This record gives sequence, structure tokens and C-alpha cells, in this order.
Amino acid sequence: MNDSKKQDIKEVKLMKGNEAIAHAAIRCGCDGYFGYPITPQSEIMETLMELEPWNTTGMVVLQAESETSSINMVYGGAGCGKKTMTSSSSPGVSLMQEGMSYIACAELPCVVVNVMRGGPGLGTIQPSQADYFQSVKGGGHGDYKLITLAPASVQEMADYTVKAFELAFKYLTPVLLLADGIIGQMMEKVVLPPFQPRMTEAEIREKYPWATLGKPANRKPNVITSLALEAEEMEATNLRLQRKYREIEKNEVLFEEFSCEDAEYLIVAFGITARICQKTVEMARSQGIKAGLLRPITLFPFPTEQISRYADKTKGMLSVELSAGQMVEDVRLAVNGRVQVEFYGRMGGIVPSPDEVLKALKDKVVK
Amino acid sequence: MTTNDIISPENLVYTKTKVMNDVPMHYCPGCSHGVVHKLIAEIIEEMDFQEKTIGIAPVGCAVFAYKYLDIDWQQAAHGRAPALATAIKRLLPNRLVFTYQGDGDLAAIGTAETIHAANRGENITIIFINNGIYGMTGGQMAPTTLIGMKSSTSPNGRTVELNGNPLDITKLLAQLEGTCYVTRQSVHNVGAVRKTKKAIQKAFENSMARKGTSVVEIVSTCNSGWKLSPAKSNDWMVENMFPAYPLGDLKNI
Repeated sequence: MNDSKKQDIKEVKLMKGNEAIAHAAIRCGCDGYFGYPITPQSEIMETLMELEPWNTTGMVVLQAESETSSINMVYGGAGCGKKTMTSSSSPGVSLMQEGMSYIACAELPCVVVNVMRGGPGLGTIQPSQADYFQSVKGGGHGDYKLITLAPASVQEMADYTVKAFELAFKYLTPVLLLADGIIGQMMEKVVLPPFQPRMTEAEIREKYPWATLGKPANRKPNVITSLALEAEEMEATNLRLQRKYREIEKNEVLFEEFSCEDAEYLIVAFGITARICQKTVEMARSQGIKAGLLRPITLFPFPTEQISRYADKTKGMLSVELSAGQMVEDVRLAVNGRVQVEFYGRMGGIVPSPDEVLKALKDKVVK
Repeated sequence: MTTNDIISPENLVYTKTKVMNDVPMHYCPGCSHGVVHKLIAEIIEEMDFQEKTIGIAPVGCAVFAYKYLDIDWQQAAHGRAPALATAIKRLLPNRLVFTYQGDGDLAAIGTAETIHAANRGENITIIFINNGIYGMTGGQMAPTTLIGMKSSTSPNGRTVELNGNPLDITKLLAQLEGTCYVTRQSVHNVGAVRKTKKAIQKAFENSMARKGTSVVEIVSTCNSGWKLSPAKSNDWMVENMFPAYPLGDLKNI
């Protein structure tokens, strides 16, 4: 086999979603990971510590004393124009909200992974999607949004880690990779992304002139801050942030459709729930119910327009979530009363089976 | 000597460091921050580190430190400066990275960040201004407020029963394996200012030599918060703060 053919063959590996994130981070030139252990995502830092990327790419990996500290380490690194990330699960991500508000306001790029577990409180270690509101509506104090990507497979855990960094640096904003305990823990085939070199300091200085790398004699000092004592200045910052979010809404919506063309009933679900609902759609169709599935991949920006288009084509919608019903509010806003939108979900770490969802579809929507 | 002789360049004996920006300061007259800022700026210039330094400003009166020193800055959330500094120094190992924090920032809300950064022996310098009060928010009780000392949240004086004991965090930091230099200084007279300058310089040298975490506490006045004139504040500090927070090196390896 000649060399060019060898390069065409992609190496398929079997690993957990959490492990895929660690591999993808190293491969996409991440400069620093700062984290604190919490189930069900501890394999991310464990894998990084096993792989010792500081010996290969030079990536820094550090176990912090808390999630509060992790996110502030991310702030420090991001302020230097470095590709930095952290990961945690629901209770830990709650602790990070202060830092995320500061990072969003200071307009710094970073990636935060939340492998959700059941809450509220210490909750459980089983999978959940009950951090939807926290993720897409802001989470911390003030008016800000996080780009939120919801992977549904181990392959997407790897791919969207890379994409999350691209979006973070494109818009200078924190990007949340919102997974759940199943996708974090389950093993699947994955093709890891190609290696990209870490940015050199010269590249950072050129591309991100705001980075605090030390002040050369010929430029003014760079200051990373979220403070403004003057209300007018703070309003200007807010207006700039809102313009950015409108740009993101215009450009970055991602979603996937399954059997939607002729659908009379639309299921909306993300992450692992979407995979369960895909099976439900197949079962429904085999019984003569024309069901379809729309899976939002970006939860912010939400595929509002895409869902709205189905309002006049369908007889009913069902939002299926591992929560008490959070995304369902955004689905209802999207259709604005033109079609009935029902909700089905389980909480606290319980994951419904495809036939349970089918029963809910029949009981609540098809009738 | 004529005026022209005095102002001729060869007779110049002192000039303001170029690392200090030419802007009005928001600090109250008599406040220690201005003196400490100037010392840091002078040392950065003398060590030729202006292009290599990243400062971390706290939440508190010194949040605006970034307006006064002509270097790159990051402004941290309340208490988190050592976490930022940890990441910056690890990602940029040949830079001088220092935090500038008050007692509330460092010894109350940021206790975990402070202790763990120091315990890891991060190669950073922590400048710690201890005036026993929250200045920015209007004179509330701090972790370092003395027993009997009045503040807006201890209007009848701090008591052990109600408020607990003052925290000597510097003594605690000196116990940690990760610290290489822990010293307590002040800037209330010329001699003290000179000693503090030497201490900060030594701390910066340690950081660049990767010897571990250096902590320079500067026992300071807050005449607005203490409701005393600047001169009386200095006297009060000598009489009351110094016995509780004695000056000198706690650790020097």
C-alpha cells in the first residue's frame, strides 16, 4: 500500500464519550485544561492525565481545588488568547456560573463541557437534561448567552469539541458542550479529528491582539475586565453582546431531521433523547403514525425557524426531555400557538424507553 | 545653584517611573495603595519587565489598579486572582505574573484559591494589602479586622462571640510547602517603604527563578474606612495593627 492510500484510511477507535473529548481537545491544539473531578465526567481529566499531553503538544492539564477555581483558571488562560477548557457535571457547572458570566462579559473564548446528571441539589449520577434552562437562558447573572452544542454520539463528542473551540474563537464567547451521563459514559466507534498544532504566541498576537501576553513597547496595555462604573459604558457592552448573539442566531443554527418530510406529528428532542426518539419514530411509522423527529444540535441558537415551519404542516408536537419540561417552552415559543405542543419527560436520572415515548405520543398528541 | 541648574538633566535625582500612567488616582488621600502601586511600577521598570508582566487586579479598591500601571492586566472575580494567575503562569512560564489583593478578596472569599495556589507552589507573587476593612464597599468588617475594631458591620466593635477571630492568613501561608518567601511589611514611613520595595523585588525574582509562591503582605491604612486622618491612621496602625500583624519575614528560603 502506498503512503497516500494509507493516509486515506481513517483509524476507528472504540471509546467512551468522555474519553473522546479528551483526545479531541489534545488534537485540536488545546493549550490548557483545568478541571475538578465529578461523576459522570471524570474520565475527561483522567484520560488527559494518562495521555500526558504536556510531553507532546505542550498542553497544560491541571486539577484545580474546585470548579470555581477551574473556570477562573480558564478565564486567565483565555485572557492570554490561549485555547482553554474545563469540564464538569451539573452541580459543578452550577459553581462555574459566576466565572461564565465574567467570561461572557469579558468576551473571551473558551469551552465548557457539562455532562449532565440528575438534579436538583447533589441529585444523582444518572443522566439528565435538566440543565437546559441554565445552559441556554444565561445561567449566571446578567444578560448573556452561551453557544450550546448538544452532541448525541461519541463521534459528536469528539467533533463538537473541535467545533466548540472554532465557534468560541470566531465569536469570542464561551461555548458549552452539553452532553449527558449516557453519552459521556457509553462506548462507541469514533474517528478522532486530525492533529492541529497549538497556536504560537506570534499567531495569537496577530489574530487576537487583545490577549494579555505582556505589553510590547509599541502598544497600549491590554486589560481583560468586565467592569464599567459608568452605566452608559455598561449598556454599550450589553448592546455589543446582544448584537453578537443575534449574529450567532443568524449563522450558527444546527439541527438534524429524521422522517420529517411527510410528518403529521413532530417529536423534538436533543442529545441521547433524540436517539431514543428516533426509534420511537420508526415504531410509530410501522403502526401507521406519520411521526418525524427534529433534533436541535445547537440549543442556543435554537432552531426556532425550522420548528416554526412545521407548525402549519403538523397536527401536533411532542418535546421529549430528561427533565420536567424545559426545552418545550422554546418549542412553544417557536410555533406561537399555531399547533399544540405537548411534553413528555422523565426526571432524576430515569431514561424512558422508545415504547414509553410512543405511548406518550399516542396519549398526548395523536389521541 | 540656580533653578536652571536644578532642572538640568545631569542633576536629576528622581523621576516618576514610566510604568506609572499619568492619570488621576481614585484612591483616597492617605491611602497606602498609591505607594505600593508606585513601588511595583518602579521595580518592573528597574527589572526591565514591562513587556513580560501580567498583573491580576482584584475586586475591591484596587480593582482599578489596571488604570495606573502601564502593563497588561486581567481583572478577576472577587477572590479568584490566584486561579487566574495559576493558569497564566503555567501557560506563559517566562512571564512575571502577580496578583494584587486586599484582605477581603484574599482572606475571605478567595481563601481556597489563595491557599491552593500557594500550596501548589505556583511561581507567582501575591501582593496582599491588609487594612482590616472592606474599603470599596464602605467599611465593612474584614477577616483581618481586629477584635474591638469598629466597622459598618461591627458597629460596636468586633467580638469573638459574634464574629470569630481575625485570620492571620499570612502566617498560615508560611506553613505551606509551596511558599518560598512570605513577608509582612508596611509603607507608613520612608524606612518601611524601602523595605517593602526590597521585599517585592525579591518576590518577583523568586517568581522568575521558579522558586515557588511569594507572598508580600503590606499592613496598610484605610483612613476613610477607619474614620481617622491619614496621620492618625498611621499611628493607629502602629499601635494596634502591628502587634496583631508583626512586621518581618515569616519565611525566606
